[in-house]
Amino acid sequence: MSNQQKHWEKTRGLLFITLAIWFVFSIGIFLFGAEMNEVKGPFGYPWTYWFTCQGSLGAFVILIFWFANRQEKIDEEFGFSEREDE
Amino acid sequence: MKGNFIDNLPKVYGIYTGGFIGFIIIMAIAEQMGMTAKAIGIAFVAFTVFIYALIGWLSRTAQADAYYVAGRQVPTVFNGMATAADWMSGASFVAMAGGIYFKGYGYMALLVGWTGGYVLVASLLAPYLRKFGCYTVPDFIGTRYGGNLARFSAVVVLTVASFTYVTAQINATGTIASVALDIPFQYAVYVGLISILLCSMLGGMRGVTWTQVAQYIVLIIAYLLPVFWISNKMGAGFFPHFMLADEVARIGELEQQFGFVKNAAADLKSVPKGLAGITKAHSAVNATPWAFISLALAMMMGTASLPHVMMRYFTTPSVKAARKSVGWSLFFIFLLYSSAPMLATLSKLSLIDPNLPTGIIGKTFAEVEAIDWYQNWNQANLMFISDFNGNGTLELNEFFMGGKAVVLATPEIAGLPYVISGLVAAGGMAAAMSTADGLILAIANAISHDVYYKIIDPKAETAKRLLVARVLLVVIGFAGATIAAMEIQGILGSVIWAFDFAMSGLFFPLVLGVWWKRANRQGAIAGMLGGLVAGAWYLVWVRTGGSGFLGITQLTFGIFGSAVSLVLMVVVSLMTAEPDKATQKMVDDVRVPSGKSILGRSH
Repeated sequence: MSNQQKHWEKTRGLLFITLAIWFVFSIGIFLFGAEMNEVKGPFGYPWTYWFTCQGSLGAFVILIFWFANRQEKIDEEFGFSEREDE
Repeated sequence: MKGNFIDNLPKVYGIYTGGFIGFIIIMAIAEQMGMTAKAIGIAFVAFTVFIYALIGWLSRTAQADAYYVAGRQVPTVFNGMATAADWMSGASFVAMAGGIYFKGYGYMALLVGWTGGYVLVASLLAPYLRKFGCYTVPDFIGTRYGGNLARFSAVVVLTVASFTYVTAQINATGTIASVALDIPFQYAVYVGLISILLCSMLGGMRGVTWTQVAQYIVLIIAYLLPVFWISNKMGAGFFPHFMLADEVARIGELEQQFGFVKNAAADLKSVPKGLAGITKAHSAVNATPWAFISLALAMMMGTASLPHVMMRYFTTPSVKAARKSVGWSLFFIFLLYSSAPMLATLSKLSLIDPNLPTGIIGKTFAEVEAIDWYQNWNQANLMFISDFNGNGTLELNEFFMGGKAVVLATPEIAGLPYVISGLVAAGGMAAAMSTADGLILAIANAISHDVYYKIIDPKAETAKRLLVARVLLVVIGFAGATIAAMEIQGILGSVIWAFDFAMSGLFFPLVLGVWWKRANRQGAIAGMLGGLVAGAWYLVWVRTGGSGFLGITQLTFGIFGSAVSLVLMVVVSLMTAEPDKATQKMVDDVRVPSGKSILGRSH
């Protein structure tokens, strides 16, 4: 397998992990919205309510930065990161 | 100042922010000295619009790559702010807290959808399109799939989606300009339009970028300051985001106590159009999982297909910067979106809690009608009360309000000085202008670059290309304003439709262009046109009394459109020949950050 194929395989792996986490916070938890809202969550808000106001939104912000760092590492590992002069 | 403009950005915008805060303080002092509310409103809107126009003029350019992609040198964090302003429209600023106020949980699917979409932008598209080096979204489609028809189809989808969106934004600038400047809406729309064009006409993307950063600073101050102030004034907590649990619970209690009484249809006839009462629980789950998830999903896929957002990531210096910049964009969006539910909570509690001095439920009609702010907002057609059961006291089901009033009127209800209301008007104006600018530029650039330069006259000189781009900008702006002046649909409805149109036609052709090498021209054209037609058909069908299926409504028709687009694209691609070697090599090159971009620096 060429260097580029390996790079793409890892990139795709990272995409699947990222999308899986994204799925949990954007869709997964809202399948159980009614049940989860019965329980008190962070700062005393009901759990589901908190996720729609802050939790999911914050998780997406963190997820994107995490993804960007991981992808940079993958690019470096296979020597595909950009040079400054490009 | 030493060094070039880009190195000095933090200093420039630091001074700008300080200057703006100074302006707010001067206005506050002027109010104490007797400046009228109307004069303050005019001063806020006129001053900020003047600053944007100045930035637009300073950013004028005669170079194609500065005009189309701001010279590809916008730093990560600043591009994040510009994207946040580009993204948060008049709807986010003025209507979102109101939507949450009235519809609660079911509406908050939009909060999740309008943020979660950025994960798709960062992981599936933005870095790859940045590597491609395109000027516009159809530029990517046209080069990746080849041929004028593919390019033209992308322009069609882009224009339908963005134009639907932009009429709503011009409408919003018109609404705010007409309230703040006290002129009729039909004229205010054109005042709004001219302000918008001042930012973008001379400098193109460069002008829009630096005005959007300035607009972000105004809109975020204008949104957060009242939320924190009101929360402190009510004694609800000095940092509302972490401290409103008791208030949320109290609203639940009051809802139980009052009950949601259903009004008779005959009674509701007397309520002015556009006003609504509280009929849904504030924090309880009031929508089925599918209703919530389908709306969130449609907004997420729409986010990743809207060209005015995607093209912001063409302006970063590198692929790496494009990825990080998506994170910053969402962070700056998060600051406002996480505050909207807090504002809705504070606003609702201050109106309905009889224990609070501002509460009006349970008071007599004579008492409520004597309140100054009630009279003002009743006159502005944003508040209405009517004694349906004839008992003389105001019940929850007898109080009606417009969605905009939550943002516009709450500062006044809570007893904040008028200077805050002026600030809020300037913030709403900034939000609507920045989005309208991005959208008009996206359409004009696609038509001038992809249709005029790439298809009609590939030999045109830069000066002529940019002239065409500017003429189109004005033409599209006036077309949008003319339709906005007719007031066909509400602001929020048409915004949501724009997302559905974009995802119907563009989501899969864009994503598969990067992630599926086998995708070819025929498949992409079938996907774009088929998806758009299917989505539009579904919308018309449901609007004309069709029953719909799978719980897909007129707000989520993009789910149907994009499903059709995916199936068509895969089937047609597999039935026709695979892309040639050169195209496959191009896809390989797009997938790694290093190396030259596919399209030259100036093309």
